Amino acid sequence: MLQNSAAARQADREQLIHSLRRHATWMRRRSIQMVFEAGQGHPGGDLSAIDILATLYFGILRYDPKEPNDPMRDRFVMSKGHCTGALYTALAGAGYFPEEELTTYLKPDSLLNGHPNRTYLPGVETNTGPLGHGLPVSVGIAIAGQIDAADYRTFVLTGDGELQEGSMWEAAMLAGHRKLDKLTAIVDRNRLQQGASTEETNALEPLADKWRAFGWEVIELDGHDHAALFDTLGAPAAGKPRCVIAHTVKGQGVSYMRDQAGWHHGVPSPDQYSQALAELVLEEPLA
Amino acid sequence: MNAAPTPAPGMFDCRDSYVRTLEALAGEDRRIVAVVNDSVGSSKLGKFREMFPDQLVNVGIAEQNMVGVGAGLANGGKVPFVSGAACFLTARALEQIKADVAYSKANVKLCGISSGVAYGELGATHHSIEDLAWLRAMRELTVIVPCDPSETAAAIRAAAAMDGPVFIRISRMPVPELDHSAPFAIGRAERMREGGDITIIATGTLVYRALAAAAILDRQGIAARVINMATITPLDEEAVVDAARETGAILTAEEHVVRGGLGGAVAEIVATRHPVPMRILGFDGFQPTGSAEWLMERAGLTSDGIARSALDLLAQRGT
Repeated sequence: MLQNSAAARQADREQLIHSLRRHATWMRRRSIQMVFEAGQGHPGGDLSAIDILATLYFGILRYDPKEPNDPMRDRFVMSKGHCTGALYTALAGAGYFPEEELTTYLKPDSLLNGHPNRTYLPGVETNTGPLGHGLPVSVGIAIAGQIDAADYRTFVLTGDGELQEGSMWEAAMLAGHRKLDKLTAIVDRNRLQQGASTEETNALEPLADKWRAFGWEVIELDGHDHAALFDTLGAPAAGKPRCVIAHTVKGQGVSYMRDQAGWHHGVPSPDQYSQALAELVLEEPLA
Repeated sequence: MNAAPTPAPGMFDCRDSYVRTLEALAGEDRRIVAVVNDSVGSSKLGKFREMFPDQLVNVGIAEQNMVGVGAGLANGGKVPFVSGAACFLTARALEQIKADVAYSKANVKLCGISSGVAYGELGATHHSIEDLAWLRAMRELTVIVPCDPSETAAAIRAAAAMDGPVFIRISRMPVPELDHSAPFAIGRAERMREGGDITIIATGTLVYRALAAAAILDRQGIAARVINMATITPLDEEAVVDAARETGAILTAEEHVVRGGLGGAVAEIVATRHPVPMRILGFDGFQPTGSAEWLMERAGLTSDGIARSALDLLAQRGT
């Protein structure tokens, strides 16, 4: 059976927000452990996206991990497919596969590929990795829902640097044209791409104006504020697709990784790993 | 785009068969959706749009998005037929075909229209004679090149019935309806003429020309086997090995460059399983402007040209 955000919303809101925070802390600890043990990964982007994924998977999305292909499920597409630390901890936490599977991350023949593969892992909607793919696929999902007048929603998380890919704007144009109001694109606006800041590389600003010009509703918020994320991502449709520009910090939650382009695919030393875990305190274990 | 020549009596444009079949399928199964890049006209989908307005998605001139949207529609339970000029569909959106469709095992049917040198005068940008090479590199993508209207219809139906990614190469070059020895099945070569001296393996628009070439050779006392290789991936390897073993020489013919297409696929099997002399007939690189038929003739892709190549090959083999 689809678990429903409406049910979640009936619960005490404060309690829910608290639970989102705990899920996010658990995901941060677990994803850094994955990167540390695998000796590679993309921790900076994982940490900037985790609060968004925690809010979606533990507060917003309707899904049943036992029925990953339920036609009426809400869809989440990870367009910034390299941030698998964030995605895999969300899927494990959501019950799509046992948490122990996370220990195989990037090992030979692991189901936890460096970029998500739907044929390996339940809960992955489409294979991503090359940038610029997630939004077109999400637009296709939303069009299928529009044709069927179905009420499922489609969420896609894109990197901000990824918006330099032309295919994203092809898709954005079509979504605006078709008024796909059950589609939400979330931009992980950490302002850093692999080598430098987005604004130095190929400026995205004025970013909100660009989305508006393509026919989207635009909401900007703090991408680490679970309450704001929960309220905005759960808000009713507005007759057009919604773009949430989530202002985030790459490496959020670990002091020495914060806002450092070098941690795009850095790996912590043993001392740094201990420090990261010490900074990310999980007051009580997740149920 | 330039207008397609009106086929001579007894000759057909396979796009007509494609759209009639798609119209029939769309009425039977509402999951069928045509996805186009402003190519309603060149894909001949005007009537489809009138009949099933809710089952046609026009993304505008945006091939990367078109293929990504196709993958998304499949995720949403649709059976998308993503239809555009083969040159743009396959080249512009190759990474989407790889990641969103083939690697994701999305149930998307890619229809490359007016493939080969059909757009002869428009030049090499509009010729699609590299598509089989880059698509054939992905084992996970089924690749079908029908040779006539009935095989086109059968291929469209087979693609719709199968769960998984398929590319169908649909020519607008006039071809006749051929006599088939067996119903079309994905992955099965069709032996269209028996013969023990040499085998001509052809695909798409070259099949009827290969049959005419075999008739020319017959008059010279040479019995050529003709195989219609409608499925390029997965290739019917046993048909190739049997041909090598039983006839000792193989000539391939395709409306494609001589690198990496049908000839390459056949050569891989011949070289590794039963080496025999071979010749690969096709285009040698980017082609100049000129009518499609002139380009075919220039490359020896006519019944006379195929017969001549067969004789050369047999002379080389020393029989």
